[in-house]
Amino acid sequence: MTMRAAESGPVETAPVPSREAPLSLVRRYPQFTISPAILVALVACWWLATDVLGAPAYVVPAPEQVLRALINGLSRSPWDTGGYWYHTGVTVWEALLGLAIGSVLGAVLGFAICHWPILGRSWYPYIVGFQSLPKVALAPLMVVWFGFGLQGKVFITAVITFFPVLVNTMAGYQSVEPERIELARSCNASEWHLLSKIILPSCLPFLFAGLGVASVLAILGAVVGEFVGASAGLGMLLMQYDQQMELAPMFAVILLLAVIGFLMNYVMGMLERRYCFWAQRVNASGRP
Amino acid sequence: MRAATISPRTSADSAQPLIVARGLSKTYGAANAHQVTALKNLDFKIYDGEFVSVVGQSGCGKSTLLKVLAGLLPYSAGSIELNGKPLRGPSPEAAVVFQSPVLLPWRTVIENVLLPIEFRKLPIVDYRKKAADLLELVGLEDFAKRYPFELSGGMQQRAAIVRALVQDPRLLLMDEPFGALDAMTREQMNLELMRIWSGSRKTVFFITHSIAEAIFLSDRVIAMTTRPGTIADVISIDLPRPRDLSIINTDRFGRYAAHLHSLLDAQGGMF
Repeated sequence: MTMRAAESGPVETAPVPSREAPLSLVRRYPQFTISPAILVALVACWWLATDVLGAPAYVVPAPEQVLRALINGLSRSPWDTGGYWYHTGVTVWEALLGLAIGSVLGAVLGFAICHWPILGRSWYPYIVGFQSLPKVALAPLMVVWFGFGLQGKVFITAVITFFPVLVNTMAGYQSVEPERIELARSCNASEWHLLSKIILPSCLPFLFAGLGVASVLAILGAVVGEFVGASAGLGMLLMQYDQQMELAPMFAVILLLAVIGFLMNYVMGMLERRYCFWAQRVNASGRP
Repeated sequence: MRAATISPRTSADSAQPLIVARGLSKTYGAANAHQVTALKNLDFKIYDGEFVSVVGQSGCGKSTLLKVLAGLLPYSAGSIELNGKPLRGPSPEAAVVFQSPVLLPWRTVIENVLLPIEFRKLPIVDYRKKAADLLELVGLEDFAKRYPFELSGGMQQRAAIVRALVQDPRLLLMDEPFGALDAMTREQMNLELMRIWSGSRKTVFFITHSIAEAIFLSDRVIAMTTRPGTIADVISIDLPRPRDLSIINTDRFGRYAAHLHSLLDAQGGMF
């Protein structure tokens, strides 16, 4: 009460705009006002460096060249191997398949390791050892095992996305409030009910944190896989343009990869808000 | 041993004790030097329809005792009978209210309340009406479809009590259920618990560290010593019912409080 009185004091004496006054557009939607402005400023700097100050095109291509390459690449049909849609499709498909396999394996193994401690303690040293290994180092091996096709990229993506999901699932399992488990036990809950109605949902926020990291790593896995050896995909395009010293389309592909990464993350965020709507507010009132 | 000599609240209920504990002990840890004795040689009886509180300092084993009675912890020695049968694991006749509400944040209040019914694989449809009635009893009828994070601490604990009551247990085990609430809400919840209890006549086993709360609510108060947890005394509270908050200022209430204080103070002070 006293604090509120102190707060309202200056409002009455000085002509400070009251809180009810509508906020400016910039304050309300910085993501739609300031963020585009930053983009415009960055492109302007870029344009200044290349077209005005004359940075050589074999170091940095001019923005309009990149735009032309982008439009040229995106105006082709999705079945045209010379266009970007086709290669985008290949890379995204590799990333999604790898992400699905890696995260399902990671989540299942995470649960199993925590639920059966014997399994956990016997396998954990190997998992830690495997995790310390830079997974990218497996990429050359992948060509030997799977050749230049889809399987190799899916393999490397699965290996890379597996760990963040595994680690987060384990952290989630271990952070389930013991009272929730006691509640279930006190009602003679079956093991399956305990897992499906208490432990699994309790782990969801952690699982989604892992999936958020994994979704970004999935693109990385697919592109690295394509670097090592591929007949299609955005990573393969990058290597091709690199060898031909064509920087403008290279920049265009990099832009595309950034957009794909952003969209993957956005979709994950949407799924999280849909299936984990309670997680942001748990701390506010989970315990009194 | 002492409990047996104290008469229960009503003579009609006196024939059959609901809980009989004999020589009950609980030790933690393996059988070596690191062993900790939490409960040592407890003997007590709790009669049908009685409200019994346990007071003691933190670490005196009162929560351990509740978990043992709930069948959540195995005991090391002695015996417990619940309704004439030896206690082996959680019983459908007992429901637990924890210190925190333990409401699942992804379920609405009514879904949380019906959770024990799902766990016990009983037909949910048969219990919907009952759950709604109980929510109305505690003033939560407008919050049935809300999520726990939309409720205050006191409302959450009310929902937790309803979740325990919906199973229609004979025995309600309450582990400092109002310990986390502020003083005002706590008094209100005490009155409400009294009202619910006198309407349902369940047997309540209530853990608290508040002497006043224990006296106000109970027919009998068990005072526990610390390390190892033993029963210091069992006191019958002969205050008329229904009780209201003004009873706290009476001489008799004061004498009970002083006696309990002296019992607990004897081992190192309560405050």
